[in-house]
Amino acid sequence: MGATGIIFRREFGAYVRSPMGYIVAAVVLLLDGILFYALALGPRAGERLSGEVLMGFFYNASGLTAVAAVALSIRLIAEERAAGTQLLLNTSPVRDWEIVLGKFLSALAFLSAITVTTLYMPFLILVNGKIAFGHIVVGYLGLTLLGAAVLSIGLFATALTRHQLVAAASASVITGTLFLLWPLSQIVGPPLSRVFAALAIHGRHWAGFQQGLFHLRDVVYYVALTYFFLYAATKVMEAKRWE
Amino acid sequence: MVHLSDVTKYYGKKRALGPVSFEIERGDTVGFLGLNGVGKTTLLKILACGLRPSSGTVTIDGLDILEEPHEVRKRVGYLPELPPVYGDMTVGDYLHFAGRIRGLAPEAVARRVPEVEEYARIIEVHDMPARNLSQGYRQRVGVAQAIIHDPDLLILDEPTHDLDPVQIMEMRGMIRALKDSHTILISSHILPEISQTCDRLLILNDGEIVASGTEAELGDTLLRSRGMVVTVRPAGTAGAGEDADAEADAQPAVDALDRVIRSVPGVTGVRLPDRPARAVAATGALTIRVDGEADVRAPVCRALVEAGHDVVGLTRAERELERVFVELVGGAEA
Repeated sequence: MGATGIIFRREFGAYVRSPMGYIVAAVVLLLDGILFYALALGPRAGERLSGEVLMGFFYNASGLTAVAAVALSIRLIAEERAAGTQLLLNTSPVRDWEIVLGKFLSALAFLSAITVTTLYMPFLILVNGKIAFGHIVVGYLGLTLLGAAVLSIGLFATALTRHQLVAAASASVITGTLFLLWPLSQIVGPPLSRVFAALAIHGRHWAGFQQGLFHLRDVVYYVALTYFFLYAATKVMEAKRWE
Repeated sequence: MVHLSDVTKYYGKKRALGPVSFEIERGDTVGFLGLNGVGKTTLLKILACGLRPSSGTVTIDGLDILEEPHEVRKRVGYLPELPPVYGDMTVGDYLHFAGRIRGLAPEAVARRVPEVEEYARIIEVHDMPARNLSQGYRQRVGVAQAIIHDPDLLILDEPTHDLDPVQIMEMRGMIRALKDSHTILISSHILPEISQTCDRLLILNDGEIVASGTEAELGDTLLRSRGMVVTVRPAGTAGAGEDADAEADAQPAVDALDRVIRSVPGVTGVRLPDRPARAVAATGALTIRVDGEADVRAPVCRALVEAGHDVVGLTRAERELERVFVELVGGAEA
């Protein structure tokens, strides 16, 4: 196991041992459950097709996943700087990208574990309806990719500061801006509308996953966004390592 | 082992360190002494590859810290002023993590963790979460993580920070035991810690090294005096009592004693206690501080004995290093 794996194990263990991980998981699962109940069993639920309920579930889950990703990522580096443990990593023969990747993968694994525990909800639709398993698979792939992208934004934000609140604010502003680009693209005219739509994190690129439609271009978008912010986080770490 | 050449560190326009140049041989134990804020931590962080110098070159074991930082980091163990301990991990898991992150194989870590725990005397807290450790245990765990990979160079920044007297003595014992197998750099503003554990001292003031050498060398060359404390039983006195008559009777003996010591070549000062005659009358003996340009212990003792006085105690003057330290950093008169 390389340094990435060693850091992954430590950070994943930190989520498991800390109340923060459980609080985020509990809040996400509670809200997901309430929203799913309203969608599948609430007023006018009988008028919806099974596919519509599933799409609604993925829509709600995407927002909660983004919020959870910000909450899980902001501690990753800021907390180390505040506690002084960053010195252990900085004076060890570990490369900055290994630190960033190990921390990112640990957060992604924990976020994925939370996401997977919502699987019972789509399967509940099968009690009184019909859905395609491919829709579920593609939807969860989308949640994972969206979560990875927001985690990378959070990791970049937490690399900038030793204050978790500042990191949370920075990550929220960047993520919120990327969310807002889609409604903005509906208001402004071309060519800005095309640029905004192409960059929006939760519009054209998300719609396919929500509907169970797999488009490689959407996967490429989320992977590229994730890579960009992980690269930026690594560069910030490199710049700050010797400070 | 360690070579620094014209190293400086600036934070913006403020100079925090340098220029400093020095060499440290393999196996040496060197203390960096200075008041808070004079650049000790900055210097040690640079040596630990945790801070980039603004100018100058630093090599450790022949490796430039900027060109081959990872190779240098494998050779260095570093204990910052606040031990970098993860509160959520148990001590055992933390040391395992520290060993792995410093490049040890899993088998080597499994072997080293019990060794360093035994050495640092932290076996009993192996399964305890680090957040529950006392300050003394945290410092010991900090030392354990610094030596887990058996580094050639060990850097300890204020290792007795926030420890109680018993813990300070235990920490000194640990450092002494490490001297046989490591080159050690220690920073402190606590003089006994430095003088009791280090072979050589580098005194920093305002970011620069203002003196270096052994404690004795610093005392000889910088203060140009050597102190001694001698306890003498003056000839013809026997501790007659504390009344005024006895005190008056003892006064000639005290005067004679003072004359004998001052007549010794090299003696630059004689300090008697308050009301020395009363002390002689009460105890039959007198403890005197004698300063000299060189070591005057032998000629002073010889002169006293030849004059018929009994020398019943002799020690080097205490607080000698404090005087050096205060003089060098421009403090109060020593």
